[in-house]
Amino acid sequence: MSMADDTTAHVEGEPRFDGTPKAVWPLYEVFVRGKRGLNHVHVGSLHAPDDTMALHNARNLYTRRNEGVSIWVVRGDAITASSPDEKDPFFAPAGDKVYRHPTFYEIPDNVPHL
Amino acid sequence: MTVTEDQGPDLAALEADFDRTVAAEGRVEPRDWMPEGYRKTLIRQIAQHAHSEIIGMQPEGNWILRAPSLRRKAILLAKVQDEAGHGLYLYSATETLGVDRGELTEKLIDSKQKYSSIFNYPTLTFADIGVIGWLVDGAAIVNQVPLCRSSYGPYARAMVRICKEESFHQRQGFELLQTLMAGTDAQREMVQDAVDRWWWPSLMMFGPADGDSPNTQQSMAWRIKRHTNDELRQRYVDMTVPQAEALGVTLPDPELRWNDEREAHDFGDIDWDEFMQVVKGAGPCNAQRLASRRAAHENGQWVRDAATAYAAKQAARASEGAMSA
Repeated sequence: MSMADDTTAHVEGEPRFDGTPKAVWPLYEVFVRGKRGLNHVHVGSLHAPDDTMALHNARNLYTRRNEGVSIWVVRGDAITASSPDEKDPFFAPAGDKVYRHPTFYEIPDNVPHL
Repeated sequence: MTVTEDQGPDLAALEADFDRTVAAEGRVEPRDWMPEGYRKTLIRQIAQHAHSEIIGMQPEGNWILRAPSLRRKAILLAKVQDEAGHGLYLYSATETLGVDRGELTEKLIDSKQKYSSIFNYPTLTFADIGVIGWLVDGAAIVNQVPLCRSSYGPYARAMVRICKEESFHQRQGFELLQTLMAGTDAQREMVQDAVDRWWWPSLMMFGPADGDSPNTQQSMAWRIKRHTNDELRQRYVDMTVPQAEALGVTLPDPELRWNDEREAHDFGDIDWDEFMQVVKGAGPCNAQRLASRRAAHENGQWVRDAATAYAAKQAARASEGAMSA
């Protein structure tokens, strides 16, 4: 996933480039369920002062044309992600276990429904 | 994620890996290693695009209160709201590259970052609203569709979302113009006048001629630009000519004609002096656009402060409630 690094962009209350401290609203990642029966999918992010406003902003920003029936908003700093590099060896253990896939097994053509 | 100089051998490997991914039409995602130039160029490109969407609300917003019917007003409101949305999708993408969108807004109003020059022209009549939808959004679509295949994942995904919505923008503009063209002579003249004023600036939206666009080659190698400026401009001209015929307007270029040999339209020279003037800030509306954006940002400060204070108060009450329970 691509979210957790988004939170490194700024720190709440940290002085901005012009030197003046400003209250920075936290970043929320937004997930939308397109229709019943589908998973929520990450669609983007926004900033909001609190959870309720984040939800309202997400409604206005990401579902102006009935794109969803349900929205999740999650503070970016609440997300734990696998690793900085998506090609990380973290996923290597699955790489050499071809026997976990049905295509690993040879079955004669004349055996039906298998 | 910070890569320092002393990791020389690793750096070469990372760069090779990055190059391989991009060359194979793979996607670069936010936490992948990427060359500093790629990151910087993307931030500049996406921020400029985001700023254009936000500044682009102004020429059209100018007509919301004067739209001739409730139908047109509702359409225009929805369109201007979309422009705000597009700006926010794009700011969201820039944040995955390690910048803060608040900073980008400050850079815009301090003239440290640019936006598309097209929005420095005024909207003089309601026909301009139709022409912006048809010609300006039409040019934007030609520019943007290839960017749905940008090598940078978050940008490509934002562009997919934007392109889906742009089609409404262009069609409402064309329909508005068709309605005017079916009206009185004065209304038809109004449309032709708007076309005369917007045609050349629309062609300038594709940027300098290829010979004067030094960054194009690197951006194309990085797959963050998919076609040259002149290729896209030609595509736009060829697409627009039959639309103008259908509408019954004349594109203001005596040299515009079909070239059988090239199987494309020839067209006249663009006034690049005018383009450079507007880019450098001397267009008809540059100062006004930035002043309005600054005023909106600064006058909105109390709203942001109030929302922050309210959130803090609600949080304090919730924790008091939790302690007394």
